[in-house]
Amino acid sequence: MEKKIPMEELDNSWFEPLPDEERNLEFVAMESKTYLQDACSRFRKNRLALISLVFLACMIFLAIVVPIVSPYSYDEQNLNAVNLLPCASHLLGTDKFGRDILTRLMYGARISLSVGFMAAVMNLIIGVVYGGISGYVGGKTDMIMMRIIDCIYSIPSMLYVILIMLVLGSNMYSVLLGICVSSWIGMARQVRTQIQTLKQQEFALAAYVIGAGNARILFQHLIVNSMGPIIVDATMMVPEAIFTEAFLAFIGIGISLPQASWGTLCNEARQMLQIAPIQIAWPTAAICLTVLAFNFIGDGIGEALDPRKK
Amino acid sequence: MKSGDAKPILQIDHLKVWFEARNGLFQKKQYIKAVDDVSFDVYRGETFGLVGESGCGKSTLGRTIVRINHPTAGEIRYDGVSVMSLKGEDEKAFRKRVQMIFQDPYASLNPRMTAGEIIREPMIVHGTHGSAKEQESRVAELLETVGLKPDHIRRYPHEFSGGQRQRISIARTLALDPEFIICDEPISALDVSIQAQVINLLKQIQEQLGISYLFIAHDMSMVKHISDRIGVMYLGHMMEIGESNDLYHHPMHPYTKALLSAVPIPDPRIAKTRQRVLLEGEIPSPLNPPGGCPFSTRCVRATEICRKECPVLRDVGGRLVACHEPEER
Repeated sequence: MEKKIPMEELDNSWFEPLPDEERNLEFVAMESKTYLQDACSRFRKNRLALISLVFLACMIFLAIVVPIVSPYSYDEQNLNAVNLLPCASHLLGTDKFGRDILTRLMYGARISLSVGFMAAVMNLIIGVVYGGISGYVGGKTDMIMMRIIDCIYSIPSMLYVILIMLVLGSNMYSVLLGICVSSWIGMARQVRTQIQTLKQQEFALAAYVIGAGNARILFQHLIVNSMGPIIVDATMMVPEAIFTEAFLAFIGIGISLPQASWGTLCNEARQMLQIAPIQIAWPTAAICLTVLAFNFIGDGIGEALDPRKK
Repeated sequence: MKSGDAKPILQIDHLKVWFEARNGLFQKKQYIKAVDDVSFDVYRGETFGLVGESGCGKSTLGRTIVRINHPTAGEIRYDGVSVMSLKGEDEKAFRKRVQMIFQDPYASLNPRMTAGEIIREPMIVHGTHGSAKEQESRVAELLETVGLKPDHIRRYPHEFSGGQRQRISIARTLALDPEFIICDEPISALDVSIQAQVINLLKQIQEQLGISYLFIAHDMSMVKHISDRIGVMYLGHMMEIGESNDLYHHPMHPYTKALLSAVPIPDPRIAKTRQRVLLEGEIPSPLNPPGGCPFSTRCVRATEICRKECPVLRDVGGRLVACHEPEER
């Protein structure tokens, strides 16, 4: 038992007020940073994602400067130097027509990466706007928009690509269009679900009560808050598009020769598999590493954008 | 605040808010009668407290006033004008005058916006308070009003505590100098110690700016503390409306009495002497409400007529009670 002190014995002189600086005021322990700064610092801590980013940056840089730097062009044939192994003048060797593989690989990167990026950007824009409107408006509009999506989705994407190529000719843009026709659907569905849950949240209702217009609520409040998963999705869409393009090129649909994407390079190397098996390693490695890098970056962004994972 | 001589600012007239509930495509349509035939007035400058258990429709009622929900029948008039028919500029003007504080301070602030952006948004939407710079200084002013520091302006909601967030929320509602604020359980998500702070802040703002409140809560003692008049809701019906102190000390409806006897009394000696009215059973489903008086299934005083006929709100000695046999005062 603790000793009891009768009230009468208590003396005011026993107590003194705490000095101001020792008073336990509410305080915020962390430096205030903007959301983006915060995300960047978290992204930088993710080593794998950072390495991937550097790798991709190099790849993009090389793809841009290759016409200036390379002594060869992508279609320059040299029948005296056919199927060379890697050597000083041809770092990755030459193919069956004596074309420099490294140069062709970098030209291929131009096509593959452009297809990847452009497909992702188009998917992002179409998917976010379509899914956002569908989820936000709801009701009959939503129903009709979703049925349209179902119709588009019910036709295999390969068919779109082939049909578009018949009409527009075999170039990069028809491949791009073919890939985009159906691949934004996943994005739209994802955005729609996100918006449906977010629009019931009190901050969206609060914006409505303030008198904010529909566009403001949708873009400033709802889409901004679902941006994390959306950006991750978009990043993941780049390798998907690269993959699809490579696959189409491999089976012979796509850009016309002598231009080369990584898929066509694979296809050409496959024909030489018994004579010069090393040739298939280069484009395959390029595809694999790029796809892998995008996946790591996607994961990294996903983690960086979620402040709750702090 | 007296109710006789003042002019009502908000009139709720036989309001019904029913939600359609259908389990399957071929099932019969059912209705959840969240608010069923409720009428009351709120006067300029007063605080009208709305109490009831969870699910009694009090939040739905508040949300219907700001048009988040749509009424099935009945009328809401603000300053004599029907709220439901407002369009375009009139609606914008109404939004400026009537604001709402939400229940959950963790959900009611956009996590991607800073405190300053959140408080400034109403001014941007309505284009009030002049240039960006003037709006900024108004934000700083508002932060001070609600007891936050100026350097909080650049912080994000997740960097604040619950009480601080609710203060930001209050600052946002004050940004447009509203006349009427609907407080939808603004304190139920907060600690008891912070509840008092927020309540006192609301009272102080009312004294300074002469705002009217519709204060929704389930905590009887808090509602009594802030309200001039109190309305008690049960299963979408208004059971009793009376002057705050009077109703608290002399409840006339058996449900109000039961609700009040659940209020904890800090002094155990007094608590022992009080007679508690314990309610039996659960609150009935609003999908399938009892016939007659909605409270008849749990009321100790229920008689034959209570199960058959739904009592209407009537004046019993200056108090509005919906009961066939109200208690003596």
